[in-house]
Amino acid sequence: MRLPAGSSGAALRLVAVFLALLFTTGVLLLAGAPPLEAYRQIVTGSLGSVKKITDVLVTWVPLVLATSGLLVTFAAGLWNIGIEGQITLGAIFATGTLRLTLDSSLPPVVAIGAAILAGIAGGAVWALLAGLLKVYGGVNEIFGGLGLNFVAVALNVWLIFGPWGRPGVASMSGTEPLPDFLSLPSLAGLRLSPWAVLLAVGGFALVFLLLQGTYFGLRLRAVGKNARAAFLLGVPTVRYMLLAFVLCGALGGAAGAVQVTAVYHRLIPSISSGYGYLGLMVAMLVNYQPLWMPAVAFFFAALNIGSIQLPIVLKLDSSLAGVLQGALVLFVLAVEGVRQRLRRSPVKTAE
Amino acid sequence: MSIDLLLIGLAGVLAAAAPIVFATIGETLTERSGVINLSVNGTILLSAMASFGVAVATGSLLLGFLTGMFIGAVVALVVAGFSFSLKQSQVAVGFVLTLMCRDLAYFLGNPFIGLSGPRLPALAVPFLKDIPVLGPLFFRQDLLTYLSFVLIIGAWAWIFRTRPGLSLISVGERPAAAYVRGLQVNRMRYLYTIVGGALVGLAGPAFSLSVKAGWKGTISGLDGYGWIALAITIFGGWNPIRAAFGAYLFVFLQWLGLVLQPNLPGVPSQVLQVAPFPLMILALSLVNIGNTEWVERTLAGLPDEVRRSIGRVLRSLRASPPASLGTPFESE
Repeated sequence: MRLPAGSSGAALRLVAVFLALLFTTGVLLLAGAPPLEAYRQIVTGSLGSVKKITDVLVTWVPLVLATSGLLVTFAAGLWNIGIEGQITLGAIFATGTLRLTLDSSLPPVVAIGAAILAGIAGGAVWALLAGLLKVYGGVNEIFGGLGLNFVAVALNVWLIFGPWGRPGVASMSGTEPLPDFLSLPSLAGLRLSPWAVLLAVGGFALVFLLLQGTYFGLRLRAVGKNARAAFLLGVPTVRYMLLAFVLCGALGGAAGAVQVTAVYHRLIPSISSGYGYLGLMVAMLVNYQPLWMPAVAFFFAALNIGSIQLPIVLKLDSSLAGVLQGALVLFVLAVEGVRQRLRRSPVKTAE
Repeated sequence: MSIDLLLIGLAGVLAAAAPIVFATIGETLTERSGVINLSVNGTILLSAMASFGVAVATGSLLLGFLTGMFIGAVVALVVAGFSFSLKQSQVAVGFVLTLMCRDLAYFLGNPFIGLSGPRLPALAVPFLKDIPVLGPLFFRQDLLTYLSFVLIIGAWAWIFRTRPGLSLISVGERPAAAYVRGLQVNRMRYLYTIVGGALVGLAGPAFSLSVKAGWKGTISGLDGYGWIALAITIFGGWNPIRAAFGAYLFVFLQWLGLVLQPNLPGVPSQVLQVAPFPLMILALSLVNIGNTEWVERTLAGLPDEVRRSIGRVLRSLRASPPASLGTPFESE
């Protein structure tokens, strides 16, 4: 069987979306829940009003920042699973910087700017650690990254319960909230900060240009495709890999800094909100190419925000969003696999 | 601390490590055939939830355990199918499944949260239980813990002392050569991925019906053990006995954290709970560092005496993965 040439891309993705919805509907029925009502709640809960849409954008900002970073490491052929820890370190560094400026007379603009830069540095350092472990320690970046994620969580929890704990009432609710003037200014009556959106757009634009329009991006992809060949052709592979880690960590750290300065205004135990892992899935869904990433990230963010309605209205767990997101990636991979198989088979019979 | 208390504590470590032993040895078998199944963490959560639900609904522990193994086998089958038949990245599929199974567990497990369910009883071995020291340590456990002891020895003997084990090693190391010698590489990989997955699936009910009985949703405290099992597989150098040692060491460190807690008032308990995790990475780099080029280069510049003794230490720690790990095999 030979597929018509034009049918490959969009139509097959639609098939994958349909299958993912079918699977998720099956899961809902298994839980004895009304599927249509659940989907309706997710849609109205995420896109039902201007306020809801801006809430989606609040989630979209760190997700786009983290995924932009991951596109760089994926281009270099690296699985930077340590992105969660890099986001956490970004948040820790940003919080630490803001705490330092509390007693100083620095203008808030300078303090917040310094906090975001510190967050970027924190994420970059944590990513560099995973890179060094890989290059000089022989530790696969998946396992080094995972280990560093756990260390980041431990460090974060220690700070929240120990040195940065609220006096007398240190708890899982996080550190003492920072004063309002140390937050990125948000739109009147909304949680969304336009400055955070600007940061995300900037981060994405940087990665897009870097990967699509520079010699650096080209060589980075060569390292990812075949590191040995790239090395023989004179690309300093070790330096490129470490640089990819640092860039990804910097963007992850920026995501963490945004979580502190624009969303939570303090350090909480789950400050990364799982955006790093979610970003890995977004990157897979767009086949590691930047063009459609912001749109898919918006869709994933909308699912996350919309599913918050499920426990409130239908007494269901909000993790349904994760089920649908996972099913989407899985079925896109499956449909892609089937397409490649079908494309291969006629060649085989001709021989 | 009295000797009796210490023995009870250590016996508890052996029991608490059983789920990690199952998952680690399951993953060791899978990776020996050249396949990475990254879905371990989600598989454990989903099978823990489902087997608890089934055990509560039917009152049957056996059905609960079988459910867990079945789920583990099915998830592994998905990884294998995507990887061998659809030629997609093992790591990507495993990672998506690990997240999706976790969310499935939390979503479908909602009604079971906080229910009281059956729990595997302890089963002391007659006569052996009365041996001093060894009795309380090894022979007053539950069936699962005995099974974990048997599995460690059995898996080791299977891999290193039998013909099928030799075939398994050859498929993981040199799939092309194994194929030429008449072994069905992909069929064997399917088999070991599914068997390994079933063992990983057994870790779920080993938690929810024994070690951490019950289901408490996101606060069940099971999230993370799967990742640790993956790390211990490497730490164990793809050898069941060394892997089991890693699992016991990990649980022992966690237990030590709990015991020392009252003496360390400045350190919050949450930190002590995760303290073994960073130690794991340290161990990982020690296991791997002997394989890196720069260490070899640095060693070459040292005087013979020093080089030989450092080399010996590194070699004893070193473990190399099966040569084809993560690489798909195509016969044509």
